[in-house]
Amino acid sequence: MVSIIQSPLVQHDAKQVLLPSPFHPRIEQHCLVKNWMSWNGYQTARVYDTLASEYFAIRSSCSVMDLTPMEKYRISGPDALSFLNRLVVRDVSALKPNRVTYVVWCNDEGKVLDDGTIFHLHQGEYRLCSQHHQLDWLLISSLGMDVSIVEETHEVAALAVQGPTAYSVLSAAGFDGLDQLKPFGILHTQLDGFEVMVSRTGYTGDLGYELWTNPSNALALWDALFGVKQRGLYDLRCIGLDALEMVRIEAGFIMPGDDFNTAETTVRAGHDRSPFEIGLGWVVNFDKPHFTGKQALLREKDRPIERRLVKLAVEGNKPPVDSFLYDGKKGRRIGTIKTQIWSPILKANLAMADVEYRNGKLPVQIWAEIYYQKELEWQVTWAQCRISDVPFWTHPRRSATPPQNC
Amino acid sequence: MTSAASKQVIIVGGGHNGLVCATYLALAGRKVQILEARDEVGGGASTTSFAEGYKVSGLAHILYSLSPKICTDLKLETAGLQRGAAIDTIALDRDGQHLTLGVDEASGAGLSQQDRVAYTAFKQEFRNYARTLEPLMMNKPPRLKDMDRTDLLTLGKLGWKLRFGLGTRSMREFLRVGGINIYDVLNEVFDNAQLKAAIAADAVIGHHMGPRTPSTVLTYLNRLRWEIHGQQSLPPGGMGQIANALSKAAKSAGVTIRTGAKVQKILIDAGKAYGVQLHSGERLDAAIVISNADAKITFLELVGALELDAMFAQRIHTTRSRGNVAKLHVALDSLPQVSGLSTQQLGQRLLIAPDMRYLEHAFNHAKYGEYSEHPLLEITVPSIADPTLAPDGHHVMSISACFAPYSLKQGWERQRESFSDKIIAVVERYAPGFSTQIVARELLTPVDIEAQYNITGGHWHHGEMTIDQSFMMRPIHGAAQYDTPIAGLFLCGAAAHPGGGVTGIPGHNAAQRILAMGAGL
Repeated sequence: MVSIIQSPLVQHDAKQVLLPSPFHPRIEQHCLVKNWMSWNGYQTARVYDTLASEYFAIRSSCSVMDLTPMEKYRISGPDALSFLNRLVVRDVSALKPNRVTYVVWCNDEGKVLDDGTIFHLHQGEYRLCSQHHQLDWLLISSLGMDVSIVEETHEVAALAVQGPTAYSVLSAAGFDGLDQLKPFGILHTQLDGFEVMVSRTGYTGDLGYELWTNPSNALALWDALFGVKQRGLYDLRCIGLDALEMVRIEAGFIMPGDDFNTAETTVRAGHDRSPFEIGLGWVVNFDKPHFTGKQALLREKDRPIERRLVKLAVEGNKPPVDSFLYDGKKGRRIGTIKTQIWSPILKANLAMADVEYRNGKLPVQIWAEIYYQKELEWQVTWAQCRISDVPFWTHPRRSATPPQNC
Repeated sequence: MTSAASKQVIIVGGGHNGLVCATYLALAGRKVQILEARDEVGGGASTTSFAEGYKVSGLAHILYSLSPKICTDLKLETAGLQRGAAIDTIALDRDGQHLTLGVDEASGAGLSQQDRVAYTAFKQEFRNYARTLEPLMMNKPPRLKDMDRTDLLTLGKLGWKLRFGLGTRSMREFLRVGGINIYDVLNEVFDNAQLKAAIAADAVIGHHMGPRTPSTVLTYLNRLRWEIHGQQSLPPGGMGQIANALSKAAKSAGVTIRTGAKVQKILIDAGKAYGVQLHSGERLDAAIVISNADAKITFLELVGALELDAMFAQRIHTTRSRGNVAKLHVALDSLPQVSGLSTQQLGQRLLIAPDMRYLEHAFNHAKYGEYSEHPLLEITVPSIADPTLAPDGHHVMSISACFAPYSLKQGWERQRESFSDKIIAVVERYAPGFSTQIVARELLTPVDIEAQYNITGGHWHHGEMTIDQSFMMRPIHGAAQYDTPIAGLFLCGAAAHPGGGVTGIPGHNAAQRILAMGAGL
């Protein structure tokens, strides 16, 4: 039996096309360039003031980002764990309360629908966060199970606080007990009399936390954080989605829908991707009970995959936007760049790329054909690329417990 | 798991298809055990006693579709199969202007010469269409992707029959009418309203369809194809006699049959079926498990959604399988009198279907969860040919009444009697005094059929036989060649191609498939 509790309608002006987040009154003040975009229907800043200052806030001090638009589902009921374990390709049966894990899930054909995180909030009660809207798929996956699936995207306000001084900022803001919180851990705590859940999770590859609370506490939470800056203790800055895109590629995190086509939105055969094809074979567990796509993924052993998503460092300083990739300079075409950024901290062009994968081997040589403009004149150049097996950038403080107070 | 047990083939459900499948496998040397939940095998082919001394075919009541190849292969006549005398269809008229519809000829006082000629031509033409689909019937339906040799051969034969069997003119006509509704086709061909309705009735009985529903030409062809092989009849002793013959053939081939053994779970380990668990808790090992149950029971109850991919389970869940026919059994103290019908004629297949609008209006109610105000009735009085079914001088009547939706708006509990009364009132109009002859009656609504025969929705055919649930999409693609996503689990019932009717063909095809795959050894 499935119970769906309807979310109370979020009240907003019909003429306002994009939904304001509970933090919007503050965000609006901080967002100087008004560079808005839609993220799951919410009015979200691409950039607040300058991209460089936001990027360096993440990498050298502390950043704050509004996470509210992320899709969130509350999963509970007697079959909640069986439901989740059948949904995702990873074995989540050992996920303890107050722990978080990264997951992907597939359709029957073993092609990835989306990725996300499962938060084991309390014994038997979970939150699934996803990049894209997944309610239909969750309901389909719940057939015959006694599980309650409630979308709570609008009922939970969330902020990501990320960067080297994230721990210090939170401590200064009044959060206690974070010193023993390990990566992927959850702490249920209070700030100024209201409930806040803190998870040591993030999308930046650095030390960072995510704060979750009721929307009615959103502004109080925000003010407590920025009070640290006002008191002159630590700098912190709002960051938009553009800065996040830079650090997530540095940290080697993939973005469904950008780095690969999600199965639900794929029409043409062969344009969707299995976990193995996007380099996430390590999350697939064939030893656990049946999960959706298991048989299809097992068949990949007989019919090996032919494409792989890779992390690519591209030589030179020309941005390899949408570049084709070849097996040599002017050679045979073997792939394309999906997303790319210039990494200020590594002084390199970094990219996510989809390349040929033959007989279980990645290409030996990869060259990017890069088109760029000089004063509106198009030029073309070639740049050699190097596959990185590990994230381009990471830092020991990401996992150090207790974190250094700096 | 002992090696002896591991060589056993278990068939869940001893319906006619399960019996056929079991016998073929046993004849090929497999060790087969049938587990039947009810106290008797045969499924929808059964004879039941609904009142002291009165017996009648429980669900299916006319034999028209048992495959002759199966009869020969399994030596069913040696096992006691009796078809009974061939019968015609008689469409009743309140003023006594009844129409008799034979295989090739229609007769009746109200029928014009033009319609008589048209009838003969129509039947021959449509039988040709049905013949064209024959290559699809006794084989697994071909996959359209990753075809094997059998699939290619089947499609090749189909193409040949279509192009050269029918010829240009008929092929063009077949392709025109194949997917449309019987209402339009009959209006093009005939004038007589009653004749049209009697033909249209064949297209809609047992389905959630009115004459104007697309796909009704296909359901008509499905029924008509049996005229290629023989005629409809009322088997002596009722349809249970067919079940007895099948059961006897199965036993003599070495099949073990256990009745009263209801399977609760198909046991699966790492994606492979390895046995079953009964409601009693008893577990039985098996090399392969074959399910004669419908697709929803098989996958959603016996296997369980957790063992399946989410979309596969969802697609099974959304197949349409809500029954729409009620069965009324009536015990009579004397033979009903229909003006203008001899006793011999009364023993034929009788239809109350005055015109196609009547049928369409009857169906309209079903769309909105109501039973038909003026139901379409298919009536047999089997005790005329076989007096042993009722006490001396008494008779039994078996009526299939359309439409009686499974999900009745007000629920069947309170509507059962009123619908029975409605059916009897309709018959009374044609057979005055009928209601005073009734000694006992029993109504089986689709809800009762579901409970008594273990069929989801009480649907005769284990799922609608529309074009989107037929051939390589029956019950759904991904399970349409008798094997399923669960290794070692097969389908052999009407949920599989070519669907419902007491044909035995799904059972035959499943057995051929299993043998070709070398499974169950």
